[in-house]
Amino acid sequence: MTSPGLEQILFISAALFFIGMYGFFTRRNLITMLMSIELILNSVNLNFIAFNKYVWPDKMDGLFFTLFIIAIAAAEAAVAIAIIINLYRSHQSVDVESAENLKY
Amino acid sequence: MTGSTIIFYLLAALTLVSGVLSVTTRHIFRAAIYLLFTLIGIAGIYFWMQYEFIAAVQIVVYAGGIAVLIIFSIFLTQQAGEKLPKQKMERKIFSALAVFCGFALTMVQVLQHEFPVSVAPVTSPSVNDIGRQMLNVEESGFALPFEVISMLLLAAMVGCIVIAMREKRENLNTEQKNIKRIPNDT
Repeated sequence: MTSPGLEQILFISAALFFIGMYGFFTRRNLITMLMSIELILNSVNLNFIAFNKYVWPDKMDGLFFTLFIIAIAAAEAAVAIAIIINLYRSHQSVDVESAENLKY
Repeated sequence: MTGSTIIFYLLAALTLVSGVLSVTTRHIFRAAIYLLFTLIGIAGIYFWMQYEFIAAVQIVVYAGGIAVLIIFSIFLTQQAGEKLPKQKMERKIFSALAVFCGFALTMVQVLQHEFPVSVAPVTSPSVNDIGRQMLNVEESGFALPFEVISMLLLAAMVGCIVIAMREKRENLNTEQKNIKRIPNDT
């Protein structure tokens, strides 16, 4: 085991990103898909912070990007859950297959 | 091998293992709890990198806000103790294959690329520095994105209220009838 540096953190964030992608591909429930999106956003945040710390430690741009992404993710989760609960009220289900009325 | 290294690998293992469990378990409530552990593990990695402010924001917003929101929405939409339906095997296999190929490609690129080594002294930003730069209107300040984010949050709040607002009784009934009729027509 080497002492952790930029590559190790990039490994974690890439792994998290693709775990989120796997969840997004395989899940058919809207809430679990939202959870996968949260994983993907977190991996992006981790990447920004790692680059900020190891490549440009004298600046704080990555940190601000992370803060803004966290704010946007919170707003997105709130709106998505409002939509999901409304969908459940009208369709009694939160599967993506039940939400295909827009096609017709 | 120092204590710091051990802590890092423990946090990494916690993050990745609970992330994998969160997307593979068939109990949706357990998936939410595993997601919570992943978020806490990421906050731990931020602490390990000495970005305490981001770690605190991560715990407050993600572990405290979004995880609770997701758990509430599970309670509102899911029958207790019901498992998610099984997925098709080929879908699982092909997604795992695609994901593994993407991961391998990314890691090859990351390991081949030479990242510039910084010469600047490593400083962990204090809350004071963060606040000053965030509200700075001059060059390298982030006042404009800050305002844009506040407008976005306002829009999201109004949108949530509009989506969650109950319609009048008659409208609701006719709408539900329409929705129920659509599957019969097709």
